[in-house]
Amino acid sequence: MTSPLERKTKITGPMVVTANRLTDGAVIFRTADGRWTTQLGLAGVVNTAVAAHELLAAAVADDVRAVGAYLAPVELTPEGAVQPGNLRERIRVSGPTIELPAVPVSPGGARVSL
Amino acid sequence: MYLYDEFDRILVAERVAEFRDQVRRRLSGELTEDEFKSLRLMNGVYLQLHAYMLRIAIPYGTLSSDQMRTLAHVARRYDRNYGHFTTRQNLQFNWIRLADLPDAMSDLARAGLHGMQTSGNCVRNITTDQWAGVAPDETEDPRVWAELLRQHSTLHPEFSFLPRKFKIAVTAASHDRAAVKIHDIGLRLYTNELGESGFEVSVGGGLGRTPFLGKIINPFLQKRDLLSYVEAILRVYNQYGRRDNIYKARIKILVHDLGAAAFAKEVEDEWRAIRDGTLALDPAAIAAVVARFRRPHYQQLADDPPELVAALESERRFKSWYLNAVARHKWAGYAIVTLSLKPEGGPPGDATAEQMDAIADLADRYSHSEIRVGHEQNLVLPHVRQTDLPRLWRALDEIGVATPNIGLISDIIACPGLDYCSLANARAIPVAQELSRRFRDLSHAGGLGRLHINISGCINACGHHHVGHIGILGVEKNGEEFYQVTIGGRADEQAELGTLLGPAVPATKITDFVEDIVDAYLELRERPDELFIDTVKRVGVEPFKERVYAVH
Amino acid sequence: MPFIKDGQIVADQFVRVADDQPVPDATPVLLSAERLLREADQLVIRAAPLGVVWPNNRNLVELLPYLQRLAVVGLVFPTFRDGRAYSQARLLRERHGFRNELRATGQVLRDQFLFLVRAGFDAFEVAKPTDAVAFTEVMRRFSVFYQPTGDGRMTVRRARQATAVSFQRAAPRAQDLPA
Repeated sequence: MTSPLERKTKITGPMVVTANRLTDGAVIFRTADGRWTTQLGLAGVVNTAVAAHELLAAAVADDVRAVGAYLAPVELTPEGAVQPGNLRERIRVSGPTIELPAVPVSPGGARVSL
Repeated sequence: MYLYDEFDRILVAERVAEFRDQVRRRLSGELTEDEFKSLRLMNGVYLQLHAYMLRIAIPYGTLSSDQMRTLAHVARRYDRNYGHFTTRQNLQFNWIRLADLPDAMSDLARAGLHGMQTSGNCVRNITTDQWAGVAPDETEDPRVWAELLRQHSTLHPEFSFLPRKFKIAVTAASHDRAAVKIHDIGLRLYTNELGESGFEVSVGGGLGRTPFLGKIINPFLQKRDLLSYVEAILRVYNQYGRRDNIYKARIKILVHDLGAAAFAKEVEDEWRAIRDGTLALDPAAIAAVVARFRRPHYQQLADDPPELVAALESERRFKSWYLNAVARHKWAGYAIVTLSLKPEGGPPGDATAEQMDAIADLADRYSHSEIRVGHEQNLVLPHVRQTDLPRLWRALDEIGVATPNIGLISDIIACPGLDYCSLANARAIPVAQELSRRFRDLSHAGGLGRLHINISGCINACGHHHVGHIGILGVEKNGEEFYQVTIGGRADEQAELGTLLGPAVPATKITDFVEDIVDAYLELRERPDELFIDTVKRVGVEPFKERVYAVH
Repeated sequence: MPFIKDGQIVADQFVRVADDQPVPDATPVLLSAERLLREADQLVIRAAPLGVVWPNNRNLVELLPYLQRLAVVGLVFPTFRDGRAYSQARLLRERHGFRNELRATGQVLRDQFLFLVRAGFDAFEVAKPTDAVAFTEVMRRFSVFYQPTGDGRMTVRRARQATAVSFQRAAPRAQDLPA
């Protein structure tokens, strides 16, 4: 089971540091000024190995707020907006790609999504 | 089902208190994640992609209706109104907050439920046949032995930090519905020619990166010796299992490297020193556990009562369901009813809180308040009177668990995959949903007969794809999802690992690919009632390969 | 590093001596397995107490000839997740009758204290002072134990038997009931 943290990091493009919030496991991103945000758009983007490892080291040390920090690829749109860089990160940002189980309202009746 | 006594209850309560303290120390920073991770895993708390996940043990797959209601309550109160039943007879909640976990566990503990040892390098939930106690082909109830092992392995001071996870399964029927051959220890309870009842012990089964079927190291173990023998196996494993490489740390690697005979000898040497000690099970100790299994008082009834016969004649949909989802019971006049958690297009194995509550009520009314969880991710009502079947069916149909696809191609077993799991390389649920929709035609599915599709989103094989009749493994290639297909696997008493059909296919092609395999089967089968798995056995994989890859 | 012996934080009497250093005469010492085996003849005739730190991946059979001469056997948890020393501890206590100090060394943390005590350890080189202080409290965390080990704690099985027996005793015999 190689987690992204264990795979060799190749800085081939822009990256962010992401983790899960300790209290509830929510997906969070490290900002340039050393905080955490749930908004990918506010994440600190790094482009060099040095900057990446520095950002990651600080994140890993922040054990009391975040768990399992690692470097994740991102893509930048022409306007400069930050988008997830692979399917796994897309899923982490947007949630499961499937509808969560629905609640039947009545026999044969319309199903209501939660 | 087993009724906790005060000791069992106190232990669970003490464990909750301990975890509450551990969470407090983690949140305050007194414990680092490195120190905390093993502790939370030993309470069944994982970190997934989006949130924590709580895996709750359902010991040997047996639940009371009150316990089911408690699961529904936790789903509503602490999670998102649904849970997922797994291939090891556990339940998973996907959205739980660490800060809420002690309270959720406290609520669970009141009903005798917990997440102890559903993860971590310790002995996991001991699984068995979901028809235990009621199956006609069973020699005796394996759950007594599962319960003895559960107690023995719970917070075992010597074996809580094993090289890796440890899974035990028990069966006592001629048809192995517990898949004992793919477990670290597989126990098959049977009666020998002398009329004695004992265990055939196999060791070293397991899937994942290096799948193996278990090897028999003791053809007949006396019941008296069960705990001491398992202790000996665990002690050998704890000392000699590899610790340097997590991919080589399961007992299956140790058994493979030493050879079964040498491994068996290590176990025997250790066992000789302890077999007559405190772990020897005397009849009183066994009787004490047997006595706490509450059994229903069955009525004296006849098979095929008039209400049933009439309903079968008049209601076509009821008949389709009856022929598919209802199995013969040990007791005359009763039936074993399987509830499908595989509705067309649905995520396999999920149930909403509302469904859980409704099933609990139905269990109270029709199944002596007892429910079972199968490793194929369906539920079972094990004590249903045949006279009640028509009424029960109507109620099950209303809550969406009466799809007559049990054991059929759309009864798909799938892990949560990349939609939830941080270990995954690809998604599994959407593949299952697509296949479920493609094979929605129930009479077509019925015509294909028993056909198990197993889907795993990564090599860890939680979907048990190695032992699927059709096994699908999700892999990642250049950022895209691809699926590798094996055929010919079996998890039962004729357990076998599937054979790779050929190169992986992209996500856009997998549904067509599986349909092509099915078409190949239809062409190759000798008779309509030759099962897929038997056709594969008879003709081999080549004819399938040719046909399927000719198109692709 | 705090040291706990018999449930109390105390000063550690034993000194670790490196393989290439001379062994002081009058001091209780902890030596490596290699050194013990190599210099056993001289070491066992010392007056001062002798101890060894035995690696968790070394078979106990080599240690057994010296057991009765050792005041301390230290076992090792390279990380707390490596549980081999639990088996070594139980074997030393329950199979080989070792009665002197059995010491846990390495990454010894609070959440394993009870497992360690149940396995037979009675001394601990504790990684964190906050953990050492909590030792007594941690011992009280659980009152129910399913498995018999050498620690003598009442198991659930025996407690259940005791309950069953006392219930039988409590039930009046027919001849004691009023006529």
